[in-house]
Amino acid sequence: MILVNNDTKLVVQGITGGEGSFHTAQMLEYGTKVVAGVTPGKGGQKTDTGVPIFNTVKEAKDLAEANTSVIFVPPPFAADAIMEAVDAELDLVICITEGIPTADMVKVHDYMAGKKTRMVGPNCPGVISPGSGKIGIMPGFIHQQGKVGVISRSGTLTYEAVHQLSSRGIGQSTCIGIGGDPIIGSNFIDLLTLFNEDEGTDAVVMIGEIGGTAEEEAATWAQENFTKPIVAFIAGTTAPPGRRMGHAGAIISGGQGTAADKIAALQAAGIAVSESPAGIGELMEQVLAK
Amino acid sequence: MNIHEYQAKEIFRKYSVPVPNGGVAFSAEEALNVAKSLDSNIFVVKAQIHAGGRGKAGGVKIAKNLDEVTLYANEILGKTLVTHQTGPAGKKVARLLVEEGIDIQRELYMGIVLDRQSGKFVFMVSVEGGMEIERVAAETPEKIIKEWIEPGIGLQAFQARKLAYALGLEGIQVKQGVKFMFALWNAFNASDASLVEINPLVVTGAGDVMALDAKMNFDDNALYRHADILEFRDLSEEEPSEVEASNFNLNYIKLDGNVGCMVNGAGLAMGTMDIIKLYGGEPANFLDVGGVANPDTVANGFRIIMTDENVKAVLVNIFGGIVRCDRVAMGIIQALDQVKVSVPLVVRLAGTNAEEGAKILAESDIDFIVAHSLADAAEKVTAAIKE
Repeated sequence: MILVNNDTKLVVQGITGGEGSFHTAQMLEYGTKVVAGVTPGKGGQKTDTGVPIFNTVKEAKDLAEANTSVIFVPPPFAADAIMEAVDAELDLVICITEGIPTADMVKVHDYMAGKKTRMVGPNCPGVISPGSGKIGIMPGFIHQQGKVGVISRSGTLTYEAVHQLSSRGIGQSTCIGIGGDPIIGSNFIDLLTLFNEDEGTDAVVMIGEIGGTAEEEAATWAQENFTKPIVAFIAGTTAPPGRRMGHAGAIISGGQGTAADKIAALQAAGIAVSESPAGIGELMEQVLAK
Repeated sequence: MNIHEYQAKEIFRKYSVPVPNGGVAFSAEEALNVAKSLDSNIFVVKAQIHAGGRGKAGGVKIAKNLDEVTLYANEILGKTLVTHQTGPAGKKVARLLVEEGIDIQRELYMGIVLDRQSGKFVFMVSVEGGMEIERVAAETPEKIIKEWIEPGIGLQAFQARKLAYALGLEGIQVKQGVKFMFALWNAFNASDASLVEINPLVVTGAGDVMALDAKMNFDDNALYRHADILEFRDLSEEEPSEVEASNFNLNYIKLDGNVGCMVNGAGLAMGTMDIIKLYGGEPANFLDVGGVANPDTVANGFRIIMTDENVKAVLVNIFGGIVRCDRVAMGIIQALDQVKVSVPLVVRLAGTNAEEGAKILAESDIDFIVAHSLADAAEKVTAAIKE
């Protein structure tokens, strides 16, 4: 497994908000070690679920030993929340928030350069290492412990793929939603690098979608460097150009970012691509049987 | 969000980016009045639609006198322009921009976009002005010169000078070009734009650098802090059903097919469109009802889908995670009390309590076609249209 394991100690930024408190309860129920929450002005209190609240991420780190953060802060304040987690030198910050202005993320991206913290998201479902911890909003029960990693730009489409894997008895090491925004913290290559070195991962499912060229870059990189099999799916073959398909980053612009280009690049790199979103589990089954 | 050329030029003026004198007109009479107010003998009458390629489609005319302004205004207003960006249906012209004619010596290109790879905004220029920049990028990428903007410090003078020299500007034009670029960067940065494009940027006979055209798009996520830009939204440029959907906070995009679909989550919604096509159907829309598919959002979703007369069948594909499928099933039944769906309705529920959900649908009075997997759903819905 990567990113989230039994040593993960989580701080929830925005823990007293609607989303934050609901998903904190869900994460605790799954067995995630939630050691702290942060809501400025509510330091010293505790949540109904018994999690101590701090005013700053730094305090959560120093006093509750948090090493990982998850962010449920509303879009206008989310960039600041990410930077606070980076400043506190946490290992990992996972930003669930959807709708952060791009200009804010340009600043965050710049601020993070050379710093210790890794980011996943924003605009993502989070990260789960089945059996060890769930950080985010995904339904825990569809996952199964195992040796297939999942990296995806989507939310529910990832659940669909995981469901297909689990129902075939194919468990997962870690599933990461990398986010649907144009600027994200960790891309396919960053996470393939971690999966490459992870002994608990035998193969990876990669789910991309229209917009940008991250899949093409990952395909080229994987051909040179990745030692394990990859099964891919790209959403948006039927998406019209110039339209934003829900996710801020899912847009074909200037002829760039089409599903056809991405599929061609993946196939050229020897990666198995499922034509149908319903065929991801089956294709992985075939690839693992080889 | 997109805006019109004349609105982009209003923003340019505010930030001292040089543009031709001119103004918007909603009628031939207004067009004539704008022309009369300009100190010029030649005028340009330009159709204002949210699409490029207007010139080739007959939406831009040069008028040599005031009578011709009236003539062309009457000709273009109400006309449907079909360009490579409008789609085959084209767009009807309801607004004109009337400007002074400019003596053009050179046509150049300038733009600012987000470079997703580096996470920075990038300034781009090319001497190939007036051409489709996508074609220049594909055929002669070396003719596009780029400078990346450092987020902490913004555009620097040396970068602007590099770009000015790359454009072949000479003498006093270099200084003008640099000033132009700083003004443009300020306009972009201050308004949370996602794209600005000037094609062509011109050098006039008098040697001045000027934005002959102007295109600006804005980051939807940042509009909450730009009330002034929100006022530029022209609803008549948008698909009415998409406007209605946005009022319900639904993410809907109308397409040309006949299979309506309602899905929770953007990625799965795209995947559902793709699988419909794979099974021989054509998706009629993209619709993401969000993570929580409650009766109201589902009812509004049906309402929007059924405004499209091409829809011959509807596929509902919900992956219940935190939201349980039995709740979603009851929500769908409640929604159908409010909205009539007169075409075959295929429902696929997966995830938490999927079996219970399917059972509730099967036992209701409504004639659902219950599907048990994504592939099964695609097969059933495409079979339903063929009947």
